[in-house]
Amino acid sequence: MRLTTIAASVALAAGLSSAVSSAVAADVEVLHWWTSGGEAAALDVLKQDLETQGVGWQDMPVAGGGGEAAMTTLRARVTAGNAPTAVQMLGFDITDWANEGVLANLNSVAEDENWDAVVPTALQAFSKHDGNWIAAPVNVHSTNWVWISKSALDEAGGKAPESWEELVAVLDAMKENGITPLAHGGQPWQDATIFDAVVLSMGNDFYKQSMIDLDMDALSGETMVEVFERMETLRSYVDDNFSGRDWNLASAMVIEGKAGMQMMGDWAKGEFLKAGQTPGEDFLCIRFPGTQGSVTFNSDQFAMFGQEGDADAQQKMAAAILSPEFQSAFNVVKGSVPARTDVSDGDFDDCGKKGMKDLAEANEAGSLFGSMAHGHAAPAAVKNAVYDVVTQHFNGGLSNEEAAEELANAVDAVL
Amino acid sequence: MSESTSDTMSGAIQHSSQGKRMTPARILLYAVLVLFAIYYLLPLYVMLVNSFKPLEEIRGGDMLALPQTWTLAPWQSAWSTAQIGVQATGLKPYFMNSIAMVIPAVLLSTILGALNGYVLTKWRFRGDGIVFGLLLLSCFIPFQIVLIPMARMLGILGLAGTTSGLVLVHLVYGLGFTTLFFRNYYAAFPTELVRAAQIDGAGFFRIFGRILLPSSGPIIVVSVIWQFTNIWNDFLFGASFADVDSVPMTVALNNLVSSSTGVKEYNVHFAGAVLAALPTLVVYIVSGRYFVRGLMAGAVKG
Amino acid sequence: MKERLQLWVPKLVLGPSFLLILFFVYGFILYTGYLSVSDSRMLPSYGFVGLENYEKLWGLRHWTGSLKNLAIFGSLYIVICSVLGLMLAILLDQKIRAEGVLRPIYLYPMALSFIVTGTAWKWFLDPGIGLEQTMHSWGWTSFEFDWIKSRSNAIYTVVIAAVWQSSGFVMAMFLAGLRGVDPDIIRAAEIDGASRARIYRRIIIPMMRPVFLSAFVVLAHLAIKSYDLVVALTGGGPGKATELPATFMYSYTFSRNLMGIGAASAIIMLIMIFSIIVPYLYSELRADKQS
Repeated sequence: MRLTTIAASVALAAGLSSAVSSAVAADVEVLHWWTSGGEAAALDVLKQDLETQGVGWQDMPVAGGGGEAAMTTLRARVTAGNAPTAVQMLGFDITDWANEGVLANLNSVAEDENWDAVVPTALQAFSKHDGNWIAAPVNVHSTNWVWISKSALDEAGGKAPESWEELVAVLDAMKENGITPLAHGGQPWQDATIFDAVVLSMGNDFYKQSMIDLDMDALSGETMVEVFERMETLRSYVDDNFSGRDWNLASAMVIEGKAGMQMMGDWAKGEFLKAGQTPGEDFLCIRFPGTQGSVTFNSDQFAMFGQEGDADAQQKMAAAILSPEFQSAFNVVKGSVPARTDVSDGDFDDCGKKGMKDLAEANEAGSLFGSMAHGHAAPAAVKNAVYDVVTQHFNGGLSNEEAAEELANAVDAVL
Repeated sequence: MSESTSDTMSGAIQHSSQGKRMTPARILLYAVLVLFAIYYLLPLYVMLVNSFKPLEEIRGGDMLALPQTWTLAPWQSAWSTAQIGVQATGLKPYFMNSIAMVIPAVLLSTILGALNGYVLTKWRFRGDGIVFGLLLLSCFIPFQIVLIPMARMLGILGLAGTTSGLVLVHLVYGLGFTTLFFRNYYAAFPTELVRAAQIDGAGFFRIFGRILLPSSGPIIVVSVIWQFTNIWNDFLFGASFADVDSVPMTVALNNLVSSSTGVKEYNVHFAGAVLAALPTLVVYIVSGRYFVRGLMAGAVKG
Repeated sequence: MKERLQLWVPKLVLGPSFLLILFFVYGFILYTGYLSVSDSRMLPSYGFVGLENYEKLWGLRHWTGSLKNLAIFGSLYIVICSVLGLMLAILLDQKIRAEGVLRPIYLYPMALSFIVTGTAWKWFLDPGIGLEQTMHSWGWTSFEFDWIKSRSNAIYTVVIAAVWQSSGFVMAMFLAGLRGVDPDIIRAAEIDGASRARIYRRIIIPMMRPVFLSAFVVLAHLAIKSYDLVVALTGGGPGKATELPATFMYSYTFSRNLMGIGAASAIIMLIMIFSIIVPYLYSELRADKQS
């Protein structure tokens, strides 16, 4: 008996001391949350590219909550002193980590490849910190899209809405035709995605003041009350079962003609394509009425954690991410548009081409803004405070005036 | 409860051996039991039927309906070809990771729990109540709070991202439960036998191995079932402390089902979910009988 | 010498477990306690800010709302699980021929994680594709079951799913308790002419007191720790209607980068848990000494 006990404790000790070293020096270990079919396959292009350059790829996917689970993992890994070499990140998370001084400097590869000239300025706000490149953007998603069923629109008059009034008219016509006018899933980030677009439809200046500069007067003012009025109006076109619905199921409603349109970022396109639909013929992609010329974006980027011995592999990976070939190949699959403005749009479908054109224009005109709903307008604490209010209002818990006031309070409380 | 019901029931208890008459009361009894069985089986039914449907049929609506076209493709996909990150490996490789983590963690925590229970009941000392209290209280902490300090410790110990690290974590946070189980079980075990053996000159481990262990079967089953299901189903620790080569099944399953902006293949998700749950289901079904016996023998008395 | 050693062996055996727990549980609790009075946001940081985080925490409608939800959820969950568990155990204890089939069916939900079953529940409860839709297609068009979409009723759907998961386990605990009742006591009561219902009410159920206590402790801590359930089922919605302290804590610590407030809420949760468990433990240990 004593023997087995000793054996057990030996086994324990052996188990505890056999810490295995994880990554070989020339590898990159990549923490990301692109785990589903299309996007993971798109990332595989990058993996294979790197492998031809002799850089091995160790995959560390952690899905969930639009990257939230991965960020928790990252925090645990960094705390343990075992940071992955490259990490997918969004917006202010990059800035937060850069402030901790743990991200690797990518200036030399950025200079070689001339990133300063080709990456949209609004993206650089996140990819650069104190003038140094610290992240390589993979894509630009724009979030102020509306996806409309062609047949439902034809029955409702056939003309794509270009202003708020026209939008309401189309939604009314769809309602009369007996379908759900607006397919929507009641999850905080989806509510906020619509909210973003409505704020933007009040003008570029208002979006900048309220969502990016977090100006208290703009947040609680009359224009914001009007925003909430519009949210309330949109709410009346949503079916009763919207709450908690995944966005894909909302897309499916449009695909099947049960609903007229969905307000969602460009990743929704993948659902339509996968269902065998063609842009322009079966469905239309337009900017949220009143926002043509402006774009709210979120951008996935890869930041590198500074570690001895990995520098070469990291630089290679950063260069590969921003190569025009990968940018095109990846974004055709992902539904987003390239993070550099000089990539050919030859391989993209009509919606993709429009997305690239809109992005370039918005970049020139200074009307390319980070999306609040997707963490590119303000830090996480503010974003979630906005979610709280928008969701509560959308579910009928606050009046329009209360919501505007509460919005300013909630943002103020976490600043 | 009606008069006739109670009569029948008392009859049932008194004459367990003879065949049961199917009185209305007994039919009602069975009806209630079956109704609850349906309630418990519903989610499993939802998962199973939908895992055999092609995706279009799921998009079409009625999730309680049987498949119009049966297909095994979602199962094959979930097991071996679904995209879990960049590689299209399915859940298969993660199965082994989970096994490699679960088995040592369950064994170690059960062995230590048994020894602790033995000491706390048969070799009592001043302050043993406090020691037990502290061990037991540890069952009740919300695990989220230990993530950051635990990560730091694993880093210092050089165990960050390894299966051994995960085993250590599960061992630590399972000890309270296993100690509780064994302590309550051994508390009912006659101490006189231990004393007699001591007088005969038997030592600590000899008494444990010869006298207590042979009759510990039921409680070992309870401890193993409890630990196995908790560790197998853990997501939080797996997601936070695992590395490329130690990612457990639940994390892989989560990667499969909760993609953010990709197309959701619900049928594959459900198939994957059932696959991931199979080991625990098997453990429950195979040893369920001993489970109640083990609980009876001690765990509930505490 | 050997005698001496024998005296030390028990403590040496218990020691490692004790030290592990002392460090990894109580040490970490102290650490969290310190974080709760620090200015930590994304990563731990050690600037002392006094009780500021606690003040902020209690000022958040989000937090007080989650406590209110926990009160509703916790009390319903504990009561329904105990009653249902006891009832099923009594019914199953009537020499049911199919017990071997039924018992694992009642018990198996405990074996599944909510990452697995959450989606199935979500679908089932969704009026558009789940039960309501099915009833409609079977011709019962006035049937309504849209609790999961309603701000006031969503919390009850969380209860339904939670009861589904743990009531079988409670049933097993009661079943074990019932099987442990000395048959002589029952026989004696029967000879005295007591009816079956009376025997249960007056003799057997009172004897289940320790099982009730164990069940209460297990259920209470499960209720307070409930996390995956809410995340998988409702994500805390609609609005904040199903937010619980555990989801609150995770969200503030890890997704909102307000670790100080998250730690403060963790400490409050610990205080709640300990105030339930410690009296129980105390009475247990005292009873133990007396026997």
